[in-house]
Amino acid sequence: MEAMSPLERVLRGIALTLVVVFFMFPIVWIFLMSFQTNETILRIPPSIVFTPTLDNYAALITGKLQTAAGTLDIAFMRNLGNSVFLSVVSVAVALALGVPAAYAFARHKFRGSEDIAFTLLSFRFAPPLLVLLPLTQYFQWLGLSNTYFGLIWVYQLICLPLILWIVRGYFEDISADVEYAYRIAGHSWFSTFRKIALPLAGPGIAAAGLLAFIFAWNNFVFALVLASADKQPVTVGALAFVTASGIQYGQIAAAIVLSITPTLALALYAQRYLVEGLSLGAVKG
Amino acid sequence: MTDIALLLKDVDKFYGPIDYGVHAVKKLSMDVRKGEIIALLGSSGCGKTSTLRMIAGFEAVSRGRISLGGREIQTFPPVRRNVAMAFEGYSLYPPLTVRENIAFALKASKLSQSTVDEKVASIARLLEIEDILGRYPSSISGGQQQRASLGRALIRDASLHLLDEPMGQLEPQLRAVLRGRIKHYIKERGLTAILVTHDQTEANALADRIAVMEGGVLQQFDTPQRIKERPANLFTGTFVGEPPMNVFEASVNASESRLAFGLKEGIRLEYAASDFSHAVRDALRKRQRVVLGVRPYAVKRSADGVTGRVAVNQWLGDQTHIAADFAGGTLVLVEHDRARLEVGQPIGIRLEPASLHVFDGESGDAISHGEELA
Repeated sequence: MEAMSPLERVLRGIALTLVVVFFMFPIVWIFLMSFQTNETILRIPPSIVFTPTLDNYAALITGKLQTAAGTLDIAFMRNLGNSVFLSVVSVAVALALGVPAAYAFARHKFRGSEDIAFTLLSFRFAPPLLVLLPLTQYFQWLGLSNTYFGLIWVYQLICLPLILWIVRGYFEDISADVEYAYRIAGHSWFSTFRKIALPLAGPGIAAAGLLAFIFAWNNFVFALVLASADKQPVTVGALAFVTASGIQYGQIAAAIVLSITPTLALALYAQRYLVEGLSLGAVKG
Repeated sequence: MTDIALLLKDVDKFYGPIDYGVHAVKKLSMDVRKGEIIALLGSSGCGKTSTLRMIAGFEAVSRGRISLGGREIQTFPPVRRNVAMAFEGYSLYPPLTVRENIAFALKASKLSQSTVDEKVASIARLLEIEDILGRYPSSISGGQQQRASLGRALIRDASLHLLDEPMGQLEPQLRAVLRGRIKHYIKERGLTAILVTHDQTEANALADRIAVMEGGVLQQFDTPQRIKERPANLFTGTFVGEPPMNVFEASVNASESRLAFGLKEGIRLEYAASDFSHAVRDALRKRQRVVLGVRPYAVKRSADGVTGRVAVNQWLGDQTHIAADFAGGTLVLVEHDRARLEVGQPIGIRLEPASLHVFDGESGDAISHGEELA
């Protein structure tokens, strides 16, 4: 980096602070909310001085929601489990299907290959609700509505195109000659795929997997329509906090904190790994 | 014939559907003898790299056969063909050092570690990459990567070595040194090699025979000497040779005793009929239009010859290049001494029958080459 004058350094610091405050404020505020009761949250003017309470988290973990109208059962922990299960399995399936497909699209130009790849991408163009209405019908006929299998299948609409197109780019960035050299030295295309292409595209595959995981985790509308309470992920489950006697802001905040924790942890972990992988600069010379 | 290493028979390559896609290689037939070095020479897009890749197995053969050591291999995957290849660009495995990359090629041969080390050391010495053996591909230059790739190919004991522009990124001095060493290395071990290049100096220096390609068609397949002296057609004649051959369209006027070529701007080249063989005279009589070719170093100056006008006179330190406006085009002469000629000055030119290459005006096929007729 070129040398900066003190003034530039100060301006840069201010700009960075503004950006961080702008983006971090809602998250910090929600984090603070999760330790407050509805009364302290809703007082006017708002204040960041309060006596922290763990009641919200306790309610979520025990599944008993205290409201003015009485005790309500909520399945938040189960929703969280559903989210983890649905996202992990969906991404795993999408990787298993998408990575070999991405390799095929990157390396073998066959008749219609571009059309197929584009069709897969076009799944992302249509508004999900448009796809959902006919899908609901089909799923009812097939007996797939309200099953994990059906949900994971529908989640492929989110994960598969993402993985396919991102990973394909990474495969295309690997010089084909590296693979040719390996093949001509006496290896099959499959071992070339495993030993050369996969490791070299590793960071890209990880990035695509992470992105697909976040998209799957944040999905709302598919699960809302196709799953009932016991199969629903947190995104849909959070609706339970809008109760007859009011909105449970404290619990919602705690639920948000709990539900962003896995993706945040994953992103932080993968980020370190991604930077490492990419800074090797190994793909091109 | 048992000494044929590689045989291509009517090989076609289409990118896209057969007969409708891009026709990159057209009905190519050629044979390579054991221990021979062949150069595929042509400009980019001439089909030479496609041909090499079909032999290696990276591109499917659309039509025709390729046999290597008597086995038809066009349907085999690369792993079963037993060929080695040096790549033009980035082909080293990034996670391995240069040493590991080169040694890797010997993995399948099950040699002892000490033999492998010895071979790697010797090839590294040959290619002058000893100092970078411990480095990773991402930290070395393009030329070094290219030499490492070349080393990885040459170290193997394959039935055929394919070298795709193996020295394109090297410094000229190093290239000249390596050419000699690589040729010696290949010949010493009796390896068979095919080299793809667009550099005719490289082809001339390395190859026993050169296959000149253009537009997917094999134009001529012969020794460097014969390609220079007896180009099969106008393309080969003008493509090979530096500076390129001078060419002029001409009409033919043949009588019993005289043979005259009429060039543009009213220039006539008169020869005695006896300067040309019967066969050539017969061939010329049947044609109205021909193309005359003459190599720059074969053009002679003569006061009683036809006249041109000097446009450029350049002394290059060891030879003079003179360009003259002549017959509606440019005629280039090469002389070994400084020429005392001013730009704009008239210059008398004599084209000896022995130096004339005559090509058909329509097809461009060679009709006669001066040397053997005079």
